[in-house]
Amino acid sequence: MSAHAARAGSDPHKLGHGEVPVSERGPAPKRIVVSYGFWIFLLSDFIMFATFFAGYAVLVSATAGGPRGADLFELKLVAWETAALLLSSFACGMAGVAAMARNIRWFQIGMAATALLGAAFLAMELYEFAHLIGEGAGPSRSAFLSAFFALVGCHGLHVALGLIWLTTMMAQVWAKGFRADIERRVQCSMLFWHALDIIWVALFTVVYLLGAGAAA
Amino acid sequence: MSHTPVETHPVFGRLRWDSIPWSEPIPIVASVIVGAAIVSAIVWAWRAGHFPYLWREWITSVDHKRIGVMYCILALVMLLRGFSDAIMMRAQQAIAMGNGGFLPPHHYDQVFSAHGTIMIFFVAMPFLVGLMNFAVPLQLGIRDVAFPTLNSVSFWLTASGALLVNISLVIGEFAKTGWVVYPPLSELRFSPGVGVDYYLWALQIAGVGTLLSGVNLVTTILKMRAPGMGYTRMPMFCWTSLAANLLIVAAFPILTATLAMLTLDRYLDFHFFTNEAGGNQMMFVNLIWAWGHPEVYILVLPVFGVFSEVVSTFSGKPLFGYRSMILATMGICLLSFIVWLHHFFTMGAGADVNGFFGVATMIIAVPTGVKVFNWLFTMYGGRIRFTTPMLYSIGFMCSFVIGGMTGVLLAVPPADFVLHNSLFLVAHFHNIVIPAVLFGAFAGYEYWFPKAFGFRLHDGWGRASFWFWITGFYAAFMPLYILGLQGMTRRLNHYDVPEWQPWLLVAAGGALLIACGIACQLIQLFVSIRDRESLVDETGDPWDGRSLEWITTSPPPIFNFAVLPNVEHEEAYWSLKERARETATLSERPDYVDIEMPRNSPTGIVTAFFASLMGFALIWHIWWLVGLGFLGAWATFVIFAWRDEAEYEIHADEVERRDRERREAKARLLKIDDTPGEAMA
Repeated sequence: MSAHAARAGSDPHKLGHGEVPVSERGPAPKRIVVSYGFWIFLLSDFIMFATFFAGYAVLVSATAGGPRGADLFELKLVAWETAALLLSSFACGMAGVAAMARNIRWFQIGMAATALLGAAFLAMELYEFAHLIGEGAGPSRSAFLSAFFALVGCHGLHVALGLIWLTTMMAQVWAKGFRADIERRVQCSMLFWHALDIIWVALFTVVYLLGAGAAA
Repeated sequence: MSHTPVETHPVFGRLRWDSIPWSEPIPIVASVIVGAAIVSAIVWAWRAGHFPYLWREWITSVDHKRIGVMYCILALVMLLRGFSDAIMMRAQQAIAMGNGGFLPPHHYDQVFSAHGTIMIFFVAMPFLVGLMNFAVPLQLGIRDVAFPTLNSVSFWLTASGALLVNISLVIGEFAKTGWVVYPPLSELRFSPGVGVDYYLWALQIAGVGTLLSGVNLVTTILKMRAPGMGYTRMPMFCWTSLAANLLIVAAFPILTATLAMLTLDRYLDFHFFTNEAGGNQMMFVNLIWAWGHPEVYILVLPVFGVFSEVVSTFSGKPLFGYRSMILATMGICLLSFIVWLHHFFTMGAGADVNGFFGVATMIIAVPTGVKVFNWLFTMYGGRIRFTTPMLYSIGFMCSFVIGGMTGVLLAVPPADFVLHNSLFLVAHFHNIVIPAVLFGAFAGYEYWFPKAFGFRLHDGWGRASFWFWITGFYAAFMPLYILGLQGMTRRLNHYDVPEWQPWLLVAAGGALLIACGIACQLIQLFVSIRDRESLVDETGDPWDGRSLEWITTSPPPIFNFAVLPNVEHEEAYWSLKERARETATLSERPDYVDIEMPRNSPTGIVTAFFASLMGFALIWHIWWLVGLGFLGAWATFVIFAWRDEAEYEIHADEVERRDRERREAKARLLKIDDTPGEAMA
């Protein structure tokens, strides 16, 4: 008895150490299953990015006599991109709060702000790409630039797909409201959007900050 | 070596009338026969009025059991395709001593590339994913996987990849680069045709399917077990499936990214792996094997689970060393990620690096050895029934250790320098994939067939097929060890060393024996369907099983279990059976409630249709069709998301009726009286 009492004392909410262990309580509720599954998917997506990061790290000095990152990257533009993306994540978080409060109007406003900021990010990225290609520093110039365009472009592609998904969810909530399955989808789309932020933080650091810093 | 730029037509892309190899009889005749067979099957099904049934019950089904069966059918069909490639290679090498043989090099190269690609991605993978899909939810005591519709999408995407590989036989060509498409050979400069593009897009599409299926099964196993089924009460097959699917989730994204890089090189003039502009071919080799070695364990871990189930069932004993088996499984799961470099010791990474990877590779033999001893000790002292699945398991244990030993031998870098790229290596990995992966898949097929269809497979033809397979395997691959030691390299189209030919003739004979084994399997299937009345499984427990799939009927109802079983022991069903025998009563009648099941959905097949279109269009640079395919796939998902009723209810009365029949059958099996009112705790 005393051992049991001691355990209950250290775990007042019986987090997994109640009468029946969590692992033996039967199938989890659908909300848990869906977001858990989506987390697993996100982890696999991270591994795909990790592969592109590894490729970039291997090829970063393979410039084939062409420009290096330090010659190309404009940190001011990248700072604006970062600001747009991080703010979009904040807006996405606010939309999530609105969804929890079942407030459709603020949810739509939050999502619209997320999408606009995401689109702004994408526009700046496309401008950067077009600018680089115009300067003759496109992906065909060197293995370094191939790896750069693939890594950053892969993130950009994810943002584009995320935009399609976000707007689809806005339309769905507009048409059908917060039904349980729609809510789960909204939850996953928000996880996806935040995950893209995590990737960007790594990308910003490894590619742009370290790349531009290599000049100094 | 430079190639002339190919014109791209706005409507047909690079597709031309002469993209079809009219002058080559083998692919044309083969595809005419296969095409005629498919068309006549469709016409027959249409005429006989089977189409609505097939559409309703199979094609749009989101039931994990049906999807599992369809995966296995896909694998068996593709096994015939992959094996016909094997027969052609063995025949070619048997006769091509001092002459060109019957396969010109550009065709032979496609044959060995297609053989490897098909056998790994479209035979072994779907077979195992099919078995996992079918058996894991039943063993876990639940009603379906975590994401049933996604499961259907996964299957149809895999089928879509298989379709593209088969289309390459008639329209265009397949890769001539080997099944892991090493650059720079696979780059546009040296492989200007569409062969590598077929490979890339078929694998990308099927790979998405595999990844989603991995996510699905990991979530299912970790979050959806029956009440009471803690981690250390899961059947071993569920554990090995968990490990394999974790590996899928962790390794397949590497393949996706690697193939994407090669695709960018080929389509958009990137320089990841080219000879020019700083490209790095060895990065490709590293990346492809960072996926490829875990892939070996994605294939072999599930069959370790099958063997564990089969050996324990047919020895009439619990699995020996259950917990050590879990540790060994998870140990292999981790170690599989730190050995990839042994696929290219000759790269020149230096003695320290090669030493590390050599030792890491040898260490994997330790948990694998633990497993072999556990199976042996499970059999020790058991009352063994030599059924067909058990024969496959014993054949596996005897042969697998030979393949394991030659693997440890190849793990020694200096030995590998001598043997790499030789037929010794080919013999080694076939010595793993045939006795382990294929025999395991066959054992699982024989073992779970009665559960899926309600009747057993004919035992005599099963035994015959086993003996042909195992003798054929030894005859086909033991000579390859010798040839490898004699210095014969792999993938040779023809040769002029007379001493090699006798061994190659023996190997060709072995391939013929295997052909007899496959014929026996086809006859077995036919005979079993014909004699299904006499092979019927009325009890749902034909093998005196130990895990939960045997508690339900054969075939199980769509909802698997009327009420989710309550698990109290490691061997959930066996302990219930024991208690019922001791107390001479079944467990108490539960309160039946309505069951919600997911509705069928054509999302899978429609998505795969658009994915196939998109893949084909990408291969042939038909850009408008690429856009159409993407839009179609997206629209399919939106329409799916817009539906209002995702589930339907099965009424408690219906559930009770079905369960009453099941209980009556169980009572007969255990010779217990189960009249209502008398059943008590």
